[in-house]
Order: sequence, then C-alpha cells, then structure tokens
Amino acid sequence: MSSRSEDFSAGWRAWLLSSSPASRRQARLGRLYLGWLAFRGNHLAMLGLGVVLGLVILAIFAPVIAPYDPNAQVLADRLQFFSAQHWFGTDDLGRDIFSRIVHGSRLTLYIVILVAIIAAPIGLAVGTTAGYLGGWVDKVLMRITDIFLAFPKLVLALALVSALGPGIENAIIAIAVTSWPPYARIARAETLTIRNSDFISAVRLQGAGRLRIIWSHIVPLCTSSLIVRVTLDMAGIILIAAGLGFLGLGAQPPLPEWGAMISAGRKVLLTHWWVATVPGIAIFVVSLGFNLLGDGLRDVLDPKSGGQG
Amino acid sequence: MTNQTDNLSRAGAGFRSLSLPSPLRTALSLVSTVLLTFLGLLLVTFIIGRVMPIDPVLAIVGDRAPEHVIERVREELGLNLPLYQQFVIYVWNVLQGDLGVSVLTANPVIDDIKNVFPATLELATVATLFGVILGVPMGVLAAVYQGRWPDQVIRVVGLLGYSIPVFWLGLMGLLLFYATWDLVPGPGRLDYAYDGLIDTVTGVILIDAAIAGEWDAFWNAASHLVLPASILGYFSLAYISRMTRSFMLEQLNQEYITTARVKGVPEWRVVWVHALGNVWVPLVTVIALSYANLLEGSVLTEIVFSWPGLGYYLTQSLLNADMNAVLGATMVVGAVFIGINLLSDLLYKLLDPRAR
Repeated sequence: MSSRSEDFSAGWRAWLLSSSPASRRQARLGRLYLGWLAFRGNHLAMLGLGVVLGLVILAIFAPVIAPYDPNAQVLADRLQFFSAQHWFGTDDLGRDIFSRIVHGSRLTLYIVILVAIIAAPIGLAVGTTAGYLGGWVDKVLMRITDIFLAFPKLVLALALVSALGPGIENAIIAIAVTSWPPYARIARAETLTIRNSDFISAVRLQGAGRLRIIWSHIVPLCTSSLIVRVTLDMAGIILIAAGLGFLGLGAQPPLPEWGAMISAGRKVLLTHWWVATVPGIAIFVVSLGFNLLGDGLRDVLDPKSGGQG
Repeated sequence: MTNQTDNLSRAGAGFRSLSLPSPLRTALSLVSTVLLTFLGLLLVTFIIGRVMPIDPVLAIVGDRAPEHVIERVREELGLNLPLYQQFVIYVWNVLQGDLGVSVLTANPVIDDIKNVFPATLELATVATLFGVILGVPMGVLAAVYQGRWPDQVIRVVGLLGYSIPVFWLGLMGLLLFYATWDLVPGPGRLDYAYDGLIDTVTGVILIDAAIAGEWDAFWNAASHLVLPASILGYFSLAYISRMTRSFMLEQLNQEYITTARVKGVPEWRVVWVHALGNVWVPLVTVIALSYANLLEGSVLTEIVFSWPGLGYYLTQSLLNADMNAVLGATMVVGAVFIGINLLSDLLYKLLDPRAR
C-alpha cells in the first residue's frame, strides 16, 4: 500500500519536474513546484509560513478555540495572573486575555487582507499605467506618488483617521491610502524594464490596445515582485494598525484588537504587567511570521534582488 | 553619465530647453521638484481638512446659533468662497507661518509647534546618534563575517526591529528599567525638582542646561533621555546596520579591495578605511532617511514616555478634535520629511564626485 502511494507521488514529481512539459499547465505547475522546493529548504521561511497559517486557523476557528466569550466581563476575576482557568490571565474588566487574543486574530487578518486588497491594485494600476504610457502621464502620476511618499505613513494615517473619525474601517482606509505609493514605484520600475521587450512589440503589432497590453501582458509580470513586497509590508501594516489601536483611533472597545489591548493594559502596567505584555507578544509573533515569509518568498520569486539586502 | 543627466532633466520637467550651466540646472530642477512636492503636501492637508465631518462653523458658534450668525461666521472664515480660492488663501497663510489657532491651547498653532519641536528634535537626534554609532560598526562586522555569528546577530536584530511595535517596546522598557530595576527615571523630560530651573534658549534641554552651566539638570535630562532614545534608536540601528552590511558586501567584492590586499595593506585598514570610506556616501542617505523615519516612531514613543514633543502634541490634538493643530503638525512633519530628503540629496551630490 505504502509503496503504491510512493510510486504515485514519485510519478507526480517526475511529471512536475519534467524538463519537457507537454502543456502550458504542466510547465506552470512545474515552476510552482520548483519554487516550493526552494522555499521548503528555507527553515526560517517555513517557520514564517507556519505562523501565518496558524494565524489563519486561529481566526477561522476562533469561537471553537477560545474557551470564553472575549467580551464577557467577570469583575470578580479581574486582573488575575496566568492559571489553568485563564492561560494568559484576565484584564481589568475580568475578561479572559487568551480568548481576546484568539478573537483579535480575526481583526488582525481582516485589516491586513483588506489593506492589501485595496492598496495593491491601486499601486499596480498607477505604476503600470505610468510606466507604459510614459510622458506627461508618467510625470503627473509619479509626482502624486512622491507627494504621498513625502508623509511618514503613520502621521498621514493619523491625520486621515482624525478627519474620517476613529474606527476600524476608517483605519483600514487610512492605512491603504498611505500604503500604495511603494507598490506604484515597484510596478513602474518593472514595467519600464519590460515595455520595450520584443514580445510587447509583437503584441502591439498584432493590434492590441494599450489597455489590453497593460492588463494582460504587463500586469501579470509585475505581480510576483508585488506579492513579495505586499507580504513584506504586512508586518508594517500590522504595526501601524496596532499603533492606531493603541492611540484609540483604530478598532474601538470592546473589540479585542491587540493594539487597543496594550493601551488598556498600560493603565495597570506597573502592577499587572501581563495585561499589556501578552498582546504585544502576539503582535510581535505575527509580524515576525510575515517578515520571515516575505523574506523567503523574495528569495524564491525575486532572486535578482538577492539575499537579505 | 548620460543616464545621470537624463534622470535629472526628467526630474526637472521643462528645464531641459534652457541651456544653463549644469550645476545651476541641477539646483533649479531640485528646487522645482521640492516646491511641487510641498504644494502637493499642502493640497493633501487642505483636502483632509475639508472632508472632515466636523463643520468648523458649528464648532465655533454651536448648533443652536441662528441662521444669519452661521452665515456671517462662514463668510468670516472664507468658507463661502470657491474651493480653489480657499486653497490659495490657505497656501498664502501657511507661507506666512499662519496655521490657525489651536482650540485646545488657544495659542497660534505655529507657536505651539515651535515650543514642542525641540523636544522631538532632541529625542530623534540622540536616537539617530545611537543608531549610527552602534549600527555602522555592526553592519561592517556582519559584512566581514558574512554567514557567521556576527552576521546572524545582525539578521536577528533587523528582524526584531521590523517586527516589534515601538510603543510596546517602550512600555516593556519602562516596566523593566524603571519599575523593576529602577535604573532610569520615569516618563517626562526632567524631574519636577528641575522644572522651570533652566531658561529656554534653544528648547533642547541638554544644550540649554549646558549653556546655563546647570550640570545637575543636564545629567537629569540625560538620564530621562536614555531610555526613550535607545528604544527609538534600536529601530534606526536595525535599519542602518542592515544597509551598512549590504553596502559593505558590495564594496568588499570589488577589485580595488583585492588590489589593496595584494599590495599588503593590513586587513583592518582595507575594511575600515578603504571599503568603509566608499560606503559613507550612500550611507548618508540611509542615515537621513532613518532620521526622518524616527519622526514617525517618535509619535508613539512620545506617548509612552509622556515626552512633550510634536508627536505628543499631534495625538493630544487628535483626541480633542483640534483640527487646526492636527493639520499644522502633519504639515510640519511632512515639510521636515521633504527637507531631510532634499538635504540628503544635496549631501549625496556634494560627497560623491560622480554625481556632480
């Protein structure tokens, strides 16, 4: 039985690693598999992948994993130290910190995914358009990008949130608005290197319009470096979101957002240190996971940028 | 070289046609770029100020005011004018240093910012010094011992720097070094005993105390500064050491290094004089960038350490919906950011003969 399944997987591997793929799909899957093999050899990147997958699982099964309701206040049990009942203790309102951390993973994931979904396409559209069209379009778009880059991210996000009003949705919008310029820069740089290639000229001679060339020939080639950059930025997004939460401008109470939890724990820091310490460790572990994953992806998808420069 | 001039003329939209001497043209294009960026910065703060849901008129007269009062105040504030006229007035006011009046402190925002800015400057400068003094040698060692333990240490330092929330590290620092071990004084810039003892000359307490010869106050201020500055400095250390490492690796693989080694130059001289000497130029840009980034980190650090700087002012105004102060502070931070970038550009051109 086991030998049969080994034969089976060996057959798959041979099919994937075939040097003369029979179909486009085989070639594409083969490349993916090679990338995976390279990625798997990088222990730190695998650790990062594990952390990120762990976060996703935690978020999906939060109600099952968390032993208590994250918002249930038991004032008699407030500010308890670690115990078998409360693994990470309780906060100043007697809420179980472990349950709040588990449910907070949903907010973290929600923020990160939404920011990526909003910011990456904006950056991609601006960058590829500027890079391909060139001329005054390029100048105008890149000048706008530079203006947004002229603000420190957190400060611009603060100003935006103060105008839009505090809350998790507005925090997401503010972070997305501050996150797209580097993506536009990357997409533009990639576009500049490919816009004069022969295959683009070939497509153009076949009569493809500008939009079609950008959308179906340039955008796909920009995505891999963009994915790397977005993954590397995830940690930064988490840190900014936590910073906004810490200042009381992100997720509002009683939402168990990690940054807001640190802010609440700050009031009792000197007497009950764990209330602020535990959420910070959660933020740190998740950011580290995304950083390691991003580093690993960069080595696989974008080998020309090389090493850990 | 052609690439260089091409880039410059592209940046200086429109100056190509004028046949000016090259350094002048470079300077002009740089200035025009900076002015455009600054104008864009003002446009962004202007738009943020206009989309906010709080009606500035209602904020002044209250929501029970009769119609004609609302109308009059609206005219006094210039809010009845078309948007582009409002923007021109706004730019004009900013250029004259008028950022409006803070609702919270009842002072002109520009005066408030003048008061708080030195505190941020002091914090960020000491933090950057910390980052440079430790980060550059660490980066050099990592490059020399590539792949061995000093390199791994730098890698870990960098990863931690990119993954730890700065405000949490500040809280942990207070918890350990202040509350548990009592090695440093608590939040604030000075002990109460020294409050108001020193005349404000520059606003940077270390300098003011030294001018006044109040060495007790000087050491007290320094002891207050140590923890926040090293926590903030850790993040610039992480960045500077990483960049130094990659610049050094690039240099150490060049042929002139081999030449130097072959002709018998001692290894320490090859590394610390020949290679590092060529790394300083790009490193200046990195240090300037990290200095600018500290403005951002200082917002959260100042909150944690009750440090009365620009970040503290910004967030206090934010929490009190003091829009003039928020936009003024945001604008100043953006302007400083642009200024530092311009400065690092100019330094690069000054230091690197190839870029002249």
